[in-house]
Amino acid sequence: MQKKIIEIVDKIDTSQVFTELSDAQSGGICVFVGTVREFTQGEEVISLEFETYAKMALKEMDKIASAAAQKWNLNKVIIRHAVGLKNVAEPVVVVGASSAHRDACFEACRYLIDTLKETVPIWKKEMFENKTVWVSAHP
Amino acid sequence: MDVLLFGIAKDIVGRSEIQILPEDTVPNSVQELKDFMIRKFPDFGKLSSFAVAVNSEYVEDDVPLDRNDEIAIIPPVSGG
Repeated sequence: MQKKIIEIVDKIDTSQVFTELSDAQSGGICVFVGTVREFTQGEEVISLEFETYAKMALKEMDKIASAAAQKWNLNKVIIRHAVGLKNVAEPVVVVGASSAHRDACFEACRYLIDTLKETVPIWKKEMFENKTVWVSAHP
Repeated sequence: MDVLLFGIAKDIVGRSEIQILPEDTVPNSVQELKDFMIRKFPDFGKLSSFAVAVNSEYVEDDVPLDRNDEIAIIPPVSGG
């Protein structure tokens, strides 16, 4: 892997990611953007608030990027997550990879987001009209 | 011993950090810390689960704790 971008930011600019992953050795770039959905189980979400334990989250994100580069032949990898208050349709996470052939970056991209959701200490609070809910906190 | 709190853990306790004082019987292991939190704040028992991080790494329940460690309660994560 030639380049690894691991960041926690206040706001995500999705237009940067192509340039960040673009690379002469890569024939493909695969990117996943996670965004705020308006309805959760039929209830209207006003906004989401993300909080993190930044020091640990960056370490865990770095582990995921390195593990992906071990599993697949990747040239560049990005994992960028936003924190703070996010409105409907706003981007909250961008993960992606570039590789010589498309199979590697497609598979790596899914691994990056799936693993991030399992291990990275970032928490999401859903704000509804009359209540707030920490996602996944309760059975 | 200071313990960092995030997400719902912060809401349950009402602060982003708690100090466990010697008179509270300071937990010696991750398991003892989990038991302490549930005893002191029963809402921790209602969570799906919660993990503990020592020096910003996940640790198993049998790991001993040192008061100079950076200790954090990690409730179920929900990034992405």
